[in-house]
Amino acid sequence: MTHTLAPHDAALDAVPKPTRLLTGQPAGKPGFRSEADAPPNPRELRDDQVDGPELTARLVRTWGTRRGIIGALSTVDHKIIGKRYIITAFIFLFLGGLAAVVMRMQLARPESGLIGPDLYNQLFTMHGTTMMFLFGVPIGEAFAVFLLPLMLGTRNIAFARLNAYSYYVYLFGGAMIWVAFMLNIGPDVGWFAYVPLSGPEFSPGKRVDFWAQMITFTEVAGIAVAVQVVVTFFKMRAPGMTLDRVPLFVWAELVNAFIIIFALPAVVTASVMLIMDRLVGTHFFNPAEGGDALLYQHLFWFFGHPEVYIIFIPATGWVSAIVVTFSRRQAFGYIPLVLSMIATGFLSFGLWVHHMFTTGLPQLGASFFTASSMLIAIPNGIQIFCWIATLWDGRPVFRTPLLFVMGFFFIFVAGGLSGIMLASVPIDAQVHDTMFVVAHFHYVLIGGNVFPLLGAVYYWFPKFTGRMMSERLGKWHFWLAFIGFNITFFPMHISGLMGMPRRVYTYLPEMGWGNLNLISTLGGVMLFGSFVLFLVNVLVSARRGAVAGPNPWDAGTLEWAASSPPLPQNFDRIPVVTNREPLWAHRNTLPVAAGLSVENREVIISTATSGRADLKESSPEPSIWPFLAAIATTITFIGSIFTPWAIVWGGLPTMITLVGWFWPKGNKEDEA
Amino acid sequence: MRILLITSLTVLTLTACEREDREYRANPVTAESEEKIALSPLSAGPNPPFERRSGMGQDYEENAFHVSQGKKLYVWFNCNGCHANGGGGSGPPLMDDRWSYGGQIENIVQTIREGRPNGMPSFRGRIPDDQIWQIAAYVRSMGRYVSKDVASGRNDDMHPAPAEQRRPPGQMIDGGQVPNSALMPQ
Amino acid sequence: MKRTSFVLLLSVSLAGCQGWQSALDAHGPAARTLADMFWIFTAVLGTVWVLTLGALLLALRRRRAAGTDPLATNPAIERRMTVVVSTAIGMTFLTVLALTGISYGGQRVLYGHKDGTLTLLVTGRQWWWQIMYEDPQPNRVFTTANEIHIPVGEPVLIKLESADVIHSFWIPNLTGKMDAITGRQNQIQIQADRPGVYRGQCAEFCGLQHAHMGMLVIAETKEDFERWRNNQIASAKPPSNPEQQRGMEIFLSKPCVMCHQIRGTDAGGKIAPDLTHVGSRRYIAAGTLETTRGNIAAWIIDPHGIKPGVNMPTIQLEPDEVQPLVSFLEGLK
Repeated sequence: MTHTLAPHDAALDAVPKPTRLLTGQPAGKPGFRSEADAPPNPRELRDDQVDGPELTARLVRTWGTRRGIIGALSTVDHKIIGKRYIITAFIFLFLGGLAAVVMRMQLARPESGLIGPDLYNQLFTMHGTTMMFLFGVPIGEAFAVFLLPLMLGTRNIAFARLNAYSYYVYLFGGAMIWVAFMLNIGPDVGWFAYVPLSGPEFSPGKRVDFWAQMITFTEVAGIAVAVQVVVTFFKMRAPGMTLDRVPLFVWAELVNAFIIIFALPAVVTASVMLIMDRLVGTHFFNPAEGGDALLYQHLFWFFGHPEVYIIFIPATGWVSAIVVTFSRRQAFGYIPLVLSMIATGFLSFGLWVHHMFTTGLPQLGASFFTASSMLIAIPNGIQIFCWIATLWDGRPVFRTPLLFVMGFFFIFVAGGLSGIMLASVPIDAQVHDTMFVVAHFHYVLIGGNVFPLLGAVYYWFPKFTGRMMSERLGKWHFWLAFIGFNITFFPMHISGLMGMPRRVYTYLPEMGWGNLNLISTLGGVMLFGSFVLFLVNVLVSARRGAVAGPNPWDAGTLEWAASSPPLPQNFDRIPVVTNREPLWAHRNTLPVAAGLSVENREVIISTATSGRADLKESSPEPSIWPFLAAIATTITFIGSIFTPWAIVWGGLPTMITLVGWFWPKGNKEDEA
Repeated sequence: MRILLITSLTVLTLTACEREDREYRANPVTAESEEKIALSPLSAGPNPPFERRSGMGQDYEENAFHVSQGKKLYVWFNCNGCHANGGGGSGPPLMDDRWSYGGQIENIVQTIREGRPNGMPSFRGRIPDDQIWQIAAYVRSMGRYVSKDVASGRNDDMHPAPAEQRRPPGQMIDGGQVPNSALMPQ
Repeated sequence: MKRTSFVLLLSVSLAGCQGWQSALDAHGPAARTLADMFWIFTAVLGTVWVLTLGALLLALRRRRAAGTDPLATNPAIERRMTVVVSTAIGMTFLTVLALTGISYGGQRVLYGHKDGTLTLLVTGRQWWWQIMYEDPQPNRVFTTANEIHIPVGEPVLIKLESADVIHSFWIPNLTGKMDAITGRQNQIQIQADRPGVYRGQCAEFCGLQHAHMGMLVIAETKEDFERWRNNQIASAKPPSNPEQQRGMEIFLSKPCVMCHQIRGTDAGGKIAPDLTHVGSRRYIAAGTLETTRGNIAAWIIDPHGIKPGVNMPTIQLEPDEVQPLVSFLEGLK
């Protein structure tokens, strides 16, 4: 039950004084103003009445997760779910990488004969699908799920049970497509599955149906987390965290969430239309009956271009966080950085036709998209220049996270510039669908997402696990990855210009591409080796790394105030924020707000822009229903691959689980 | 727990789905399969006529790739010239349950190979054997005698009938019977 | 060591500048414009990259005094950095504007329609190219496969259609690519400056044998072109020796006639490449195998060993039927 405040005057919008909020002490001004000013209920224990280890222990009991399998399946702790998300995304990264290694082995020599066209087609489809849907989108959301509540100074993410549900849906969807691949039902039409090739006439069997349903799974999970991120951002910030004190990483995740909410429905429209064409006999993409094959491309790329910004923008958040901490200086150009992320988010929806320049669309329309595709370089450029300025005026600390950010600059800027080339219709007419494009997007995706991601893992590993990763192995990892990456992908620019198309399982010896491909393969082995080294570093450091305190990097944002790893409640008392870098502004003691219940799960709801504490709200208790709902959803989705009736028969258990989930519970708070 | 996981994964991988195999070359290449089929239900003695079917039919009828290849070949080799899209024209319909010379896949293969009286050409030597099997598997799917997940979806063409997978499952009259109504006047 | 690796890098990079199917080896006006544009963009954007990375490396060498409060900022430095960053953004904007302008110029060259005398209708099929030479006189219309001849110096209009899935017609030496999409007809113009043989390849993933869907464009003088065209219009020459005669009989009695056409014989199949003048083509199997006796035999005996998944089936051939059949096909010039 929430307690609403009576209207009050604007003077209270000034910087709140820590001791005023939510305490049982009477307010300075006369008159009843809020429940918070009322005398405390003697039966409800609040966190200003207990202190020290007893407070910690009680909060751990309230917010902790039960041991055992039921406890694990019913947890709503964002840190546990976030860690699962991150680990699962990395497992998919490795699986996709393995597929790529096999592909490179096949391409190393002309007419190699190592694997046949059918398996190769399945491999590159699985590689692309896994990297884009099962790794690229979830990894940004995974870090948001873990870090946002910590960075915003609250105890859990909004809609905590939906969070659990979205993880299980993601896991089951990803498992479904990989199990299908093991059973030779892996999709073989490319990660974007153009019709008519993926349509009912040219893709027999169930392969493409599994692909289309995997999209539905990841769609549901993605939008769910995006909604949680938006709500947490706007309504669950620490008192005093006005919008211009929100960390840059959190802004990145907000923009990311909005892009997800608006872009993912387009791809699910495309995949649902595709599945209906295949299973039910509709004619969305059948030109003979009034449909259009290009409709699919428009729908897919309306999602597909924002998708790459979904992959890139959280990485800009990681880079911002690392650059600030490792320059020992607050960010230069905070406002331009935030505005350029928002601008990128908006602009990203106006670029999609640059994937369709060779389809014969009218040239006037195409030139609009050339202009917009080149213009998006400007907000990206603002970010790059602001980061360089921060480093310029700072005192760089050369540890592994900063090394990976250096790698990001080197590689991503090169990829962005080859993107400007591709934005030009005439140049694209030559290099579209060649290895040049493959080189470009690996430069922007690996340089723009994976390198910052690796830096972010080295940076936040102490927070996740309480131990530091090995610096020595980290430096070896970085150089192996950096050199291996460039050896793998730079030659592809050249082989693409020399005429090598993409998605070919082999090529003729007389084409002259053999040496370039061999070099790429050797680089690919090196790159994969760097990931193995990373895995070794992670596993060894998790067990035997140097123990880390709460703030080993002396960073400024709130997550470094929690212990390493954080306790279930995150903070014993909610911090109050007076600066963009709270831990740099208050080096010894952080001001806190007290008054939340110790016995019940409670969080502070803040106002959307000024971050004033507004309400107390209860946070969901652990529940097994999200897991059961995910199982029911999975049955519905997988069944509908085989028969449309599954929607009816699967809808029933789903409804039952939702009823169980939303069944009104007596709230302990109300009875207090 | 781990052992269970590994074993189940191995088993799953090895029993790779029959429906999805793509076999481009027949095995053995181009040999004509040996089917012994009786066209009549009558024989001397108490037992029904002796038949031996090679069992190859199952490989074709349970494989979505072969059925979809058969669908392409059906048009490419102009079967629809006489049989339309299964509704029949100068040739008998193929999507119903009346089979002049038997409706099992081996019977259909023999029909295509040997030709039949009253106008069905013989394609032995003109269509390689594995393609004859593919066409026969497709013909079986027209009446939905193959399972729903194997039958093909709609073509990217104009649409005279629901796609094969959406037709109601077929009820077969046992092969070999020639109903009088199916006999064309001489 | 450094010099060898530099030379190696240079030679590998420069290898793209000339070659078979290379976009940077232009033999037509459109390709030349595109290649020039590419070099301009590379120069400009490469400079941008060097400058940006240079600024980064310089930034890493500058260090504030140790122990400075991370929240402290020097107003003068802040102002200076604001000016520098704003200037950089302004220059980025101008660069982007200039490149957009150059791009529009290139677009006009590439897609501007020029009048020519020759029109082709190319249909992409899984996994070969069906080519029909159009002509106002119907008896001069003919169909061939995978090999296009054009006269030098004049624009040739190609209408692109697809019979099954989306393909993409791409001859890098001559111009950019254009997709062949089901349900619509796209157009592209190609023009070669000088005689030569230019290879192209399908550039949109179209299934199992997308990798082996190549084609040749052969540009020749007007006289050579007309001579070629008249030869192609004519029906197949009758077999000139008993072995070829036997080969023709084998062809007509085998599954070949179900799919292939040889004008002048009874073979009238429409779904596979037209073989009337197959012997005159330099490659068979859509640019995969050079037309030699051995390759023709290999292709007929086991197409799935070379292009697994093609629509051409494996047929039953007696050992003594191979040579006559190959002689017959090779003689269809």
